[in-house]
Amino acid sequence: MSLAHRIWKLGADIDTDVLAPGHAMKHGIDRIAQHCLESVRPEFAAQVKVGDVIVAGPNFGIGSSREQAASVLVRLGVAAVIAPSYSGLYFRNAFNVGLLLLTCPQAQTLQDGQSLVIDQNASWVQTEDGQRLMCEPIPDFLLDMARSGGLLNQLRRKLANKTQPPNPSLSPTH
Amino acid sequence: MIQPAQTLAQKLIARSAGRDHVAVGEIVNARVDLAMFHDSSGPRRLQPMLQELGASIWDKSRVVLVIDHYVPERDEESRQIVRIARDWARSEALPHVYDSQGICHVVVPQHGHIRPGMMCVGGDSHSPTGGAFGAYMFGVGSTEMLGVMVTGEIWLRVPQTLQMHWRGRLSPGVTAKDMVLSMLGQFGMNGGQYQAVEFAGEAVRALSMAERMTLSNMSAEMGAQVGLIAPDDTTLAWLQAAGAEDLGEIGQWQTDEAAERQRHDFDASALAPYVAAPHSPANAHPVVQHAGTQVDVAYIGACTGAKLDDLRAAAQVLRGRKVAPGVRLMVAPASLQDLEAARQEGVLQSLQDAGAELLPSSCGACAGYGNTLDGDVTVISSTARNFKGRMGSPTAQVYLASPYTVAASALRGVISDPRGVLP
Repeated sequence: MSLAHRIWKLGADIDTDVLAPGHAMKHGIDRIAQHCLESVRPEFAAQVKVGDVIVAGPNFGIGSSREQAASVLVRLGVAAVIAPSYSGLYFRNAFNVGLLLLTCPQAQTLQDGQSLVIDQNASWVQTEDGQRLMCEPIPDFLLDMARSGGLLNQLRRKLANKTQPPNPSLSPTH
Repeated sequence: MIQPAQTLAQKLIARSAGRDHVAVGEIVNARVDLAMFHDSSGPRRLQPMLQELGASIWDKSRVVLVIDHYVPERDEESRQIVRIARDWARSEALPHVYDSQGICHVVVPQHGHIRPGMMCVGGDSHSPTGGAFGAYMFGVGSTEMLGVMVTGEIWLRVPQTLQMHWRGRLSPGVTAKDMVLSMLGQFGMNGGQYQAVEFAGEAVRALSMAERMTLSNMSAEMGAQVGLIAPDDTTLAWLQAAGAEDLGEIGQWQTDEAAERQRHDFDASALAPYVAAPHSPANAHPVVQHAGTQVDVAYIGACTGAKLDDLRAAAQVLRGRKVAPGVRLMVAPASLQDLEAARQEGVLQSLQDAGAELLPSSCGACAGYGNTLDGDVTVISSTARNFKGRMGSPTAQVYLASPYTVAASALRGVISDPRGVLP
């Protein structure tokens, strides 16, 4: 993957209510997206470009189960989130809606506005000045889910009976 | 063959995966016994996706819908969301629907749907509440719920167990909320690392089911996948009263003595009431550190703070007294069942005589969905989260505490240690 991604750097503990505020939750995803991160980076929703990435501190996505907190980033064109740790529930939701999350212990060393490239197996990221940061491995079925655009597309594939995706929930093991 | 020693979490997952045992770290496929969702996470998201796939629900008898987030309807958008839920429930002929009966995490067990040994998913982050009954219950988003609706299955990575072992007994005026806030202060918002937390020890055994539900509920705040408590006679008695059937043998649902786990020890008798300051549940300290902070609003509500036991606690402080001038005390009982019981016991009357406003039994202000708070107010609340803006006002300062501490603070007009005002 040679595409360069511009970094939006955020702090630690970015919660779901900051990503998808409660007051906007009664609306559709386009409207919620306009309020994404409004309390920490008010300019984000208007200025983020397709292919940008978010770099954040630990515990990204803590809080609610609302998957709109991940869908808004897909909607705004964010290519990936890079952080040292995530809420486990957010981690599942992100892949389910087709958002790639990279778990990178050294994410904090990346700078706002820098550009980086992402390895095609999502096992590392590299900045324009050559700094390479390793990321924790992602199970194949989750990587496939993110690349397929989420679980809905995987299910569509399964129901169309064309291919059998490697998601263990979608294959008969009993 | 001798079985390897296993934690409660491993045993529950093994059963649902059709296995004798599972190993920590392995990814398995579990059969879902119960799927619960509400008006916000459920029909309005699931119905269009199911339609798009041309798929149907795998087993309607295992699905429970609770309409609790956008009721009572306040505007056109909430009316629309609730209408979708009601129309879908009718067209699908869902057998288990609870409309405006209270908050899902309380209503579903109160109707006997969650039993020891089950594998359950909920379309809400506080779904670990079901762990109080010895069920493996965790929260999922709407798309993942769609996967469950279509396949009846879900993937899991078998977690490690963090066993929170509480010896001794809580002092009067100290509650499960104080236990969980103190653990959050120690471990942080994501300290549970999506592993299984298990609450154990004499102090946990001594808790009522409502109090156990508060512990399990807020394991979500610790970032755990589940918050389990091994079922015992208290569990059985509660479930029988709730009309649960097929309870089966519960003796197997506990962590083996030799099972590998990370154990943390706590002394319940030494625990003081805790308060979590803005804007994180993990910003928790003994109440004395915030005593004297003036409050404008005292809120007793939510799945984690307005069950019958919580209402009783507040009434114990406020009976025959009045809240301080200028303080607005709001009470939103967690379910109609809790409301009715509180009415019959005179608990509700005591609260209203003290000056409480009674709000509908729904999620309300807790999630900023309904009856939200406006302006630059300082709030003390028995709810689970105090993220910036969560209760509707970005400038509100929200402190979390037990219903005893919320009531004591309403009485004095400043954050107060309930042990100083209990009769």
